[in-house]
This record gives sequence, structure tokens and C-alpha cells, in this order.
Amino acid sequence: MNWKEWIFTTDHKRVGVLYLIGSIAAFAVAGIMALLMRAELSTVGPTITGNPTQYNVWLYAHGAVMILGFQIPALTGFFANFCIPLMIGAKDVAFPRVNALSVWLFYVGIILALLTFFLPDPPDVMWTGYPPYSTITTGNTAMYTFTVLILGFASIIGGVNFLTTIAYMRAPGLTLGKLNIFVWCTLGAFVLQLIFVPVLGTAVTMISLDKYLGTNFFDPTRGGDVLTYQNLFWFYSHPAVYVIFLPFIGVIYEIVSTFAKNRVFNYKMVVYGGIGGIVLLAGEVWVHHLYVTGMADWLRIGQMVTTLMISVPVGLMVIGLVGTLYKGSITFETPMLYALGVLFLFLIGGLTGVPLAVTSLTLHLSDTYYVVGHFHYVMAVAGTFSIFAGVYYWFPKMTGRMYNEFWGKAGFWLTFIGTNIVFWTMMDIGVKGMPRRYYDYSHFPQFEGAHQLMTLGAVILGVGFLIAVVNWIVGAARGPVAGNNPWGSRSLEWTTVSPPPHGNWPSPPSVAEDWDPYCYGRK
Amino acid sequence: MRDAMKRGLAGLFGAAGCLAAELAVAVPAYDGKGADAPKIVDPAAGWDHLWREVLIDITIIGILFALMTAYFIWKYRARGPGQEGESPKLSPATAVAWAVIPTFVFLADDLFVAANGWQLWNAYRQVPENRLEVHLESGMYSWDYTYPNGVRTQNELKVPAGKPVLLRMTSRDTLHSHFIPDFRVKEDSMPGRTTYLWFLPKEPGEHLVTCAEYCGVMHSYMAGKVVVVPEAEFNAWYEGEGTKLKTAGAAGAPVPAAAPETAPKSGKKKSA
Repeated sequence: MNWKEWIFTTDHKRVGVLYLIGSIAAFAVAGIMALLMRAELSTVGPTITGNPTQYNVWLYAHGAVMILGFQIPALTGFFANFCIPLMIGAKDVAFPRVNALSVWLFYVGIILALLTFFLPDPPDVMWTGYPPYSTITTGNTAMYTFTVLILGFASIIGGVNFLTTIAYMRAPGLTLGKLNIFVWCTLGAFVLQLIFVPVLGTAVTMISLDKYLGTNFFDPTRGGDVLTYQNLFWFYSHPAVYVIFLPFIGVIYEIVSTFAKNRVFNYKMVVYGGIGGIVLLAGEVWVHHLYVTGMADWLRIGQMVTTLMISVPVGLMVIGLVGTLYKGSITFETPMLYALGVLFLFLIGGLTGVPLAVTSLTLHLSDTYYVVGHFHYVMAVAGTFSIFAGVYYWFPKMTGRMYNEFWGKAGFWLTFIGTNIVFWTMMDIGVKGMPRRYYDYSHFPQFEGAHQLMTLGAVILGVGFLIAVVNWIVGAARGPVAGNNPWGSRSLEWTTVSPPPHGNWPSPPSVAEDWDPYCYGRK
Repeated sequence: MRDAMKRGLAGLFGAAGCLAAELAVAVPAYDGKGADAPKIVDPAAGWDHLWREVLIDITIIGILFALMTAYFIWKYRARGPGQEGESPKLSPATAVAWAVIPTFVFLADDLFVAANGWQLWNAYRQVPENRLEVHLESGMYSWDYTYPNGVRTQNELKVPAGKPVLLRMTSRDTLHSHFIPDFRVKEDSMPGRTTYLWFLPKEPGEHLVTCAEYCGVMHSYMAGKVVVVPEAEFNAWYEGEGTKLKTAGAAGAPVPAAAPETAPKSGKKKSA
């Protein structure tokens, strides 16, 4: 195989695989950061480094790389690229060369993010980059700004591409009512990206202007306001949670439907109520990240109500998932285990978000480990489990080969157990007062045992993820040949050969009147 | 099959009923504002109450969903190869009902939680008149308190038991957040804005103050304490420090702080 064919490829499947490789590399690096932090926190006081800045850099890199370098690219880069044209019966995306540009930009972005570790003054501003600290630190804030801008731009041009593709390139007969849930979800996610990424770009650019060019957007002694940044930042970064949530729940819908051999429960409720509701509410809840910043009371109360209302579309999507199991015929291959794992993790994560929506309860909970545990459950590990579920699920389509089922399941159970040890403990000590972003918890020596338990859990879940990645590499190289449709799915991507050739189908597909991607039990 | 769907819907109605009952029982149980009585409501006690209530609420919902999912996973496992699911096709009316009824169940629960949250919020934001008002300036990495009579302390806030304490907060450099876990309260302090929080120290004792907003390299070491002492003891200390300050001022000496400050003050501040 010629490496030039991969680097200069415009084939959406190869672009997708490039996204996957890059984002898994980013995941590995950010995961190692997490393990280093857990090692540091395994005892009170300095453990593996005596320098708090070193810890803060790990923390910054863990957050920024996991979100911007792993989750968003894997979900809206890899899955969207690989699956959407196949799911809608298209030969490729609408603008293949723009697509190639987006993956190149993505690589520039993650290389920039990884250069963090070779700088004399790496950024230590957390992934949120709040001023005034980010404008007075000796850390390299510009690195943060450029990483965000480049990854954001990659994401925007990807969004334009996929909205066009979904609108114009569906196979004959494939109406909007027959789109896969995943396609609808990704559509929603890209609408959010297109609306909100420019706001994030503005915010981080203003930070660098303040720091390097002497403007004063955020300097109150010269007429600025520090809160402006937080508003702009969360005006994007809360919708970003749904940019992650929507595609990952879409992946879970595909998997649950396939392995339950069952039609999606109440499709229209899921699409209009669930996905539509989330897209509509996404931009009206950002103030819940500013509950303790002295924002106007009416805003804090108003957005408490909108934040609680998010439970409606999210609840409908969970009902849709559980309903899809009803009267199904469920088998438990590795992708399904991960998908069911997501269902439980998301249930815990979603419900523990209810107290955080309540302004008055957040006065105690904000910026504690409770928040960290909550968002890891609901977004971080639920999203990561979904990515792993999806990669296992489409693995035979991508490579034409099968992974090892035993190691797949072993990896799942290790990660599932490790995750719950880490993040349940985290929420528990958070309620008792443990603040987040602490290099040293010498004021809270009573939590040392809990921290050691979490370190142990982190090692277990790390081993689980490692097993999964090794399983893919071995499976791709010398797994048994899988066949075109090993799962017996009805969805369109399984009708072509594995791996699909350039152009996807030997002759353009069209779909029958009575077909839809979930038409089980009728044929 | 249609019947099963109807039974499911009936169950949903049942859930709505339970929720209404929960509302009826729980709302009067929490007497947040204390109506017209001048008694002081302690937000920390209200926090513990509402936390328990919300925890019960989410635990019930979580267990219901988890049990239902686990039951489906077990009940509808594949019995043989090649089998396919046979979930019923929903009639338009059932489909709409399955969207609308859950929406109202969730909304009812949301409003229940929001109403209680708002009530507690009022307790947190409405500071009793009879209070000790202390100015706080935070900086990298210390808490500097200034009492009404000009007495200053650092990293130690001495307050009388039984009297509400109001902190008016600002910062001279980066963001900080004055977090007192024992009193269930925190609020950011930042340059250019004045924020406030209040709490009710009931018994003499010591309570940790810690920084909850990432503020720089030594963020995790930025701690102090609230020292609650009996009122008489506080008054003696307060008057004594005040007199010392006055005599020092009268003698023309520079005004000493009870503890030295570590960083210079930035000049310009705006009060909100």
C-alpha cells in the first residue's frame, strides 16, 4: 500500500480512518496525562513531581486534547466521514478535497497540541483558559489559542461539507424519514458547530490579543470585564457537550437497534423531540457554568429552568433507547456490551447532573470533584465508550476483518469496572468538599484513601482501553475475514462489500419503498 | 401488543401520579423562607435538606430506568440464531402519547426541583439585616479580610457564633473562589466586580476555607479558616484590635495589619 495514497486521499473512508488514527493517538497521550495526574494524587503532597506547574500542564493537556483532539474529531470526524456517505448511499461527500483539507488541519491542530510538551513554557491555563490568569501567566497562551482556532476551523469546514452531503446526496428513494438516527444526530451536531464555534474562536483570539498585543477586553482596570470571556467561552462550550453527545448517542442507537434486531422505538419522537429539542435548548443553558461567578440573579434562575428542561429531550432519547430493547432479540457481542455500558453510565451521569442544574445546590457543588465525576460519566467516558463501541461495530466494514471477541469483552469489563471505581468515588468526595484542579490536597488528608482507590481504578480502566486498541491493531492485521454483513443489520452501509471500494458501491444503490434502516421483523 | 403499549402508558400516568404525591408531601415540608417570622434561615441547613430531596428524586428515577433496562436485557435476549425483534409499530396516537406524556412527567419533576431550588436560592441571596459585614480581597495566594472598624486579618476570619456573616468580595489579580465546605457556600471573587456571600456560623469551632477557582500555580495551597468564637470573646478581640489600630493611627505609625500582606494592592477597583 502506497502511503501517498493515504496522505493525499480524498476518499471519505480513508479521511475517516486518518481521523480515527489521529484521534486515538491524541486519546493515548491525554490518557497518559490522566494516569500521571492520578499517580501524582496517590499521596498527599508531592508524589511524582515537586512542581505544581507540571501537574497543571498535564491537567490542561488532558482536558484540551481529550475534548478538542479526541472526542470531537473521533465523533464528528471519523464516524461522520466513514458512516454518513455509506448510510445515505452516496459515492462520497459533497466536497472531497475540502474534506481532505479538514483532516490535514486536524493533524496540524493535534501536532500543535502535542508540541505543548516540548515548549519551555507550556500552557497551564486549563482547557477553559479563563482570564485574568491566562493573560498574566508565563505559560504559552498563544499555543492554546492556535490549537483551538485550527481544530475549530477543521470542524467548521467538515460541518459545511456534511450538511451539504446529507441535503443533496441521498440515494434515490432515501427520504428524510428514512435517515439513520446517527445521521440525524450528526446533522444536529454540525448545526451546533456552525453556529457556536465562531464564538469560541472569538473568545480565545481576544485572550491572545489581550496578552500579546495589549488590548483590554478582559482587564477591568482599563474598562474590560473578566466575565465576558466566561460567557463567550461557555456560549460555545456548553453546546460543544451536545456536539459530543448527539453523535455518540446516535452511534449507540445504531448498535442497539442492530443487536436487538429491532426497529428504533418511536423514531419521530427521537428525531423531533430528542435531537430537535437538544439543538433548540443547547444555546440557552450556558449560564449554569457561571452559577458562582456573581452573574445577575435573574439569569442564574432563568437558566436553572432551561437547564432542567434539557432533561426532556435527553429523557426522550433514553426512552427511545430502552424502548428499542423492548421485544427485541438481543445478542451481546462486544459493541453491544459497550453500548449497554453507555446506557448505564449515561443514566448515572445524566441524573447526577440534576443537582448541578439547581443554582442553589451548585453553590456548594461547583468546582468540586462532584462536577468532575458528573461530566466524566455523562460526556467523557460515555462518549469514549461510544467511540469504542462504534469502532468495534464498524470494524468489519472498515477492515473486512474481525476482532477477537474474547479480548473485546475482557477490555470492556475492565474499563467498565475501572470507570465506575474512579468516577463514583470522585463524586462522593466531591460532595464532601474536595475541590477540583488541586495538585496537592494537603488540606483534605481525609481523602487520601479515596484518591488511592481512584488511582487503582484508573489503572484498571487504562488497561481495558489498551486491550481494545491492541485488539483492533491485531484484528486489522490478521483477524479472520468478516464478510459483508456480520451483524445482520438492515442499514445501507452493510449492503456493500467490506471494505468498500473507492466510490462505495459498484453501481449506485437505490432503496425500496418499504425499506428503512431499521426494518427488522418484517422480512 | 397494542395492549402492552397501553399498559406502558398507564404506568407512565402512574409515575405522574407518584410525582404529584411527592410534590404535595415535599413542598410544605421545606419551610424555606420562614414566612413573616424574623427568624434567620440557615442556607447550609436548607442545602442539606434539598440535597437529600433531589438525591431521593434522582435515585428513584435512576433505579426505575436501570431495573427496566436490566429486565428488558434479560427478558428479550435472543433465544436462537436468526431471530428478529418484533416490537409493535406504534399508531400515530400512541407515538404522540409516548412523546407528550414523558415530556410532562419530566417537566413536572423539573419544576418541582426548580421551585425548591429557587426558594433555597432566595435564602442564599437575601442577607439578614443583623449581620457582620466583612470586606474580602483575594490575591495570589491569600484571603485578606477587613472588618468594619478597619481591623485586618489574613487567611483567618474570626466571627461571633450566632450572627450572620456577609462577605463582600473582590480580587486584586486572578479569579478565586471563597469556598467554605462546612457552610455549603462559595462565590467567585474577581477583579473589577464585587460579589458577595453570607453564612450563619452557629457553634464555636473552626472551618476550612479553600480556593475553588483555578487561580495559578499555588491554587491548591490557597487555604484559610473561619474561626467561630463565642460572641463575648469575639467582641473583646474586636474591640481590642480596634483600639490598637486607633492608638497606632493616632501615634502616626503606619497601620499594621493583624497579619502582613504578601502582595501589593492594585489601585483601581470598581464597586458594583
